[in-house]
Amino acid sequence: MHHHKYRLIIPFLLPALLLYGAFVLWPYAQAIYVSFTSWRGVSPSKPWVGLDNYQRAWNDPRLTDALSRNAQILIVLPLVTIAIALTFAALFTQGSNAIRGASFYRVVFFFPQVISAVIVGILWSYVYHPNVGLLNGVLGAVGLDSLERAWLGNPTTILWAIVAVAVWSSVGFYMVIYIASMQSIPTSFYEAATLDGANRWTTFKDITFPLIWETLRTTLIYIGIIALDFFVLVQVMTGGGVGSGRRAEVAALYLYNQAFDRSRWGYASAIGVILLVLTLLLSVVIMRLTRRETYEF
Amino acid sequence: MIDDIIQPIAEPVPVKGKRHWIAGRFGIGDIAFNGVAQLLLVFWALMVIFPFLWMIMTSFKTDPEILFSPWNLPDTLQWNNFSRAWNEAHIGRYFVNSLIVIIPSLAGTLLVSSMAAYVLARFEFRGRQLLYYLFMAGLMFPVFLALVPLFFLVQDLHMTATYQGLILVYIAYSLPFTIFFLTGFFRTLPTEVAEAALVDGASHFRIFFNIMLPMAAPGLIAMGIFNFLGQWNQFLLPLVLMPDQNKYVLSQGLAFLAIQQGYANDYSALFAAMTITMIPTLLVYVLFQRRLESGLMAGALKG
Repeated sequence: MHHHKYRLIIPFLLPALLLYGAFVLWPYAQAIYVSFTSWRGVSPSKPWVGLDNYQRAWNDPRLTDALSRNAQILIVLPLVTIAIALTFAALFTQGSNAIRGASFYRVVFFFPQVISAVIVGILWSYVYHPNVGLLNGVLGAVGLDSLERAWLGNPTTILWAIVAVAVWSSVGFYMVIYIASMQSIPTSFYEAATLDGANRWTTFKDITFPLIWETLRTTLIYIGIIALDFFVLVQVMTGGGVGSGRRAEVAALYLYNQAFDRSRWGYASAIGVILLVLTLLLSVVIMRLTRRETYEF
Repeated sequence: MIDDIIQPIAEPVPVKGKRHWIAGRFGIGDIAFNGVAQLLLVFWALMVIFPFLWMIMTSFKTDPEILFSPWNLPDTLQWNNFSRAWNEAHIGRYFVNSLIVIIPSLAGTLLVSSMAAYVLARFEFRGRQLLYYLFMAGLMFPVFLALVPLFFLVQDLHMTATYQGLILVYIAYSLPFTIFFLTGFFRTLPTEVAEAALVDGASHFRIFFNIMLPMAAPGLIAMGIFNFLGQWNQFLLPLVLMPDQNKYVLSQGLAFLAIQQGYANDYSALFAAMTITMIPTLLVYVLFQRRLESGLMAGALKG
């Protein structure tokens, strides 16, 4: 298959390369450059200001606040999501007989993941609505009136109310991943453990958990990256972070506002580069911290 | 690594939970385990289903019913909420706009990716590895970093607020994962048919379009569904690149409507609009649930 192969290779690769180069690679490279300028977008010239934007970012309390919210999300979101998803996956796979309705539960749990984050965000902002909302209604119905509040209007609950929605919509997705991973463990491992008299918890702790470790750390990185982004839900559920929504502003939303409301393109790009560096650092750190012996089977 | 990921996609794991893993024990402990399991699962299922049911129910109510009896079923089904959402709230227009963008962008994504993936998977040439990793690099970066320059690039090309601008950008950002997936897929296809055709004098182009593409249909379908969801639900890119209200795509129009209706207190039209927006996704999900699950999973495990 070697004759004139370049007559095929070049026209077949060219469209992908052009689109990818122009709309993906080039903007990324540009963003790094723009982050060293004080460009406001009106003039074609982009005055070079060196590290000024980064220095400003370092001293910007609003950015620090936003990043600290990302950090809080980063701690809570993976823990809660993985804990719940792992529990469900274990319920499906670790029992001695199949769970009745297993495929029904799978289909239902997975569903929120495929729904647009915009719908999920709007729907939940009404679930949290102080007067007509589902949540306060349910709390009232079961006699927990004292817990009723304006979930998205209250500065202490707003961020966590949004994080809860992220957990709600993605648990089924990670559950399905863990189920697949657990089902790839050979049955003989479990039979051996049973013969040794291991109970269900020991089996899970000593066999299942170590053998799905690789999957767990991959999903941990994946959720970590989501925690550093978190734009769409916050944007939709706070109406763009205005008013009391400011209390849930994350770095990506701040970037968006700096760029598209304030035309501070240089500064916004610097925030983008910081987010990129943090994302890469996070992946490396998680890889390092979670490294342990892998088990081949 | 890549082959590890592709394998489970080609052959989806069975739906049913594995049975009788821990043999020989079936007593009080198992009954308790299953009881607790059912309890937790039913609880979460209600948590998922209830908000959606509430949303659909609310979309059939009048505004006073929503405000003053948010709990009761509607007295009569207000079908006109849907026509109001479709016409007056312009959801119909946004729906059509979404289709105008997504049909060419899906077709383009699949065509451009499959051509590149085919070459990357089946031909030896200098720089092949480098190109492959160049495409894969796109999987690592957040779209945020590119947002500002992308906005200006599209503006310089005079494609801001145009369908073609959004289409090209959608295709470009769908390429890394689609090429990654399809390259793995083309590698798993047998070579004999293509080689025989080559001996018979068929051109490389004919072999690709008449033999390889039909053989790759399962992979193309998986990527078609995967990208349909990604592009249909896309919010960030149109938010930045489509400022023309008449050309808003659905997710964008819905977010706009939510802010507007917050002032106008026309909740019923908003809920009807959400229900309308959800329907295509629901259909795709119900029809292609298995393929979709494995496609999305491969997406998560791409690292």
